[in-house]
Amino acid sequence: MTTTLAPSTDRASRPTGIPGPSPRGRKPRPVGGLVGSVALWAYAAGALVPLVLMVLNSFRTTADLYNKPLSMPWPPSVDSYKVAWTEGHFGDYFLNSLLVTVGAVALSTAVSTMAAYALARTRSRIFSVLESVFVSGLMLPIHLAILPVFYLLDGMRLVDSRLGLMLVYAAAGVPFSVFVLTTFFRQLPPELEEAATIDGANTWQTFVRIMVPLVRPAVATVVVFRFVPIWNDFLFPLVLLRSREKYTVPVGLTSFFGEYSTNWSALFAGLVIATVPLILLFLVATKQIVAGLTAGMSK
Amino acid sequence: MTRRSGLFFVAPALILFGIFVLYPMASALSYAFFSWQGTARGGFAGLDNFHALFTQEPFRSQLPRAFGHNLAFFAGTMVVQNTLGLGIAVLLHRRPRTRRALQTLYAMPYLVSPIVIGYLWTLLLSPTFGPVNALLRQVGLGSLAVPWLGDPDTALWVVILVSAWQWVGFPVLLYGAALGGVPEELSEAARVDGASHWQTFRSIVFPLLVPAIGTVSVLTFIFAMEAFALPYALGGSTGNPAGATDFMSLLFYRTAFENGSTNAIGVSSAMATLLFLVIFGGAVIATRVLRRTEERIAG
Repeated sequence: MTTTLAPSTDRASRPTGIPGPSPRGRKPRPVGGLVGSVALWAYAAGALVPLVLMVLNSFRTTADLYNKPLSMPWPPSVDSYKVAWTEGHFGDYFLNSLLVTVGAVALSTAVSTMAAYALARTRSRIFSVLESVFVSGLMLPIHLAILPVFYLLDGMRLVDSRLGLMLVYAAAGVPFSVFVLTTFFRQLPPELEEAATIDGANTWQTFVRIMVPLVRPAVATVVVFRFVPIWNDFLFPLVLLRSREKYTVPVGLTSFFGEYSTNWSALFAGLVIATVPLILLFLVATKQIVAGLTAGMSK
Repeated sequence: MTRRSGLFFVAPALILFGIFVLYPMASALSYAFFSWQGTARGGFAGLDNFHALFTQEPFRSQLPRAFGHNLAFFAGTMVVQNTLGLGIAVLLHRRPRTRRALQTLYAMPYLVSPIVIGYLWTLLLSPTFGPVNALLRQVGLGSLAVPWLGDPDTALWVVILVSAWQWVGFPVLLYGAALGGVPEELSEAARVDGASHWQTFRSIVFPLLVPAIGTVSVLTFIFAMEAFALPYALGGSTGNPAGATDFMSLLFYRTAFENGSTNAIGVSSAMATLLFLVIFGGAVIATRVLRRTEERIAG
């Protein structure tokens, strides 16, 4: 495992013999100067314009899209949202996605926090074996097990159910969540628990009242970071769900694109509806997302 | 924490993970070595299912083609990430005030579901309605306004570029973190010794980025081998046009859930096993090469 966030400073230690001019006082200049800045903002525009077009086009009528493809949507029309939300059943899809995602993230985070605490605080062979079992899950491409997952859920009468989907996502999130949370629990001093024990708290009380509040930032990171891939996932609901009223947003989107292939503004509205929760999440938790992504990358 | 309470804390996560991840993963491998009649398992088949992949149609012709597309996809995204991604990260370095804002903007596309991204670009690139071609015609480049996704010569490029566009913010963030870990004194010292910007980058900064480049490569490889939702949205489950955007995961999906051949489970599981070996083997080899490179540089 390479930890990307902390490149080993020992190897990069100062070569001896070079007279060290103090870099302090003089600010290192950015690479590229003004041209660099322009390039960076230009690329930012390139990254955002397609998404902006998606939003703008959802507020236009399909006739406008065809006749004036490059004009602004004025006055904005919300008809396409009405079509998508009701006729296109996005109301249902949205609720299903929310239910499955929130349920899976909650379950996954709860069991992973418990497990991570135990793994961080016990020193015995069996626990280090268990830890490597969990962490090895980071390398397993779970989508390749879709057939056995299908038959497993079939045997449990959980095919075409939101609960089945939720359980699969919750389990798939365990490796990452355990990995991040264990690291955080290890950083907490054991004296905290000793003090709690002296005060008469049992292990469970210590965990819930003292330890969990202390790792709240890590829990937030795990929650945000798991929310995104579950909300976005396509293969599991495509295979595991049958009835339209149980579809999550990505599968619902696919059937909507099949049915409404000529109603362009409604299609754009569908795409926006599918994306709104992520944008909201992003606005409230950018810091957590960035932290989560870097934590995920250091594996 | 005692061993007993430790096990109590680990148990829920272990049960969930064992049932819905470990057990299906193990089954997926075992499925490949049996012959199947629909959902009923027949006798032990040895390597027959694997043999069928390379001798029977449609697999004999579609498997190498799909695998080739996966490799091209990997190569293409790697090139973009290590030129554009690294370039942007270098430009962002030492711009503390704008860095946060720009990283946030660059991150937007990869939060959006690949299925949404795929459909969005299908709409944007449409030959009749699409604003991309409308814009090209407007600025007098009408000859470039081709049916991007309808032409087998351009369709795979579109898939590669759209995916690279979606994910470029990811290496920017990772390389940014790695650049932040390069001690400023080192490059300053090299500069004092008369090294040019480029020499400093090549001999001081670049070697320290090797772990980050390795992480990006491994994650990109896994991601490229598993790609499903984006090609599904851009080219359907058969990789339109004419199989030009067919990928391993699409072929696997068709074999397992759409073809309806009697031994579908056996053959598709063999395919999943093969893909798993490629991903796992590729990741292991990459990690090993990377470690050797790091040692040589540190040498």
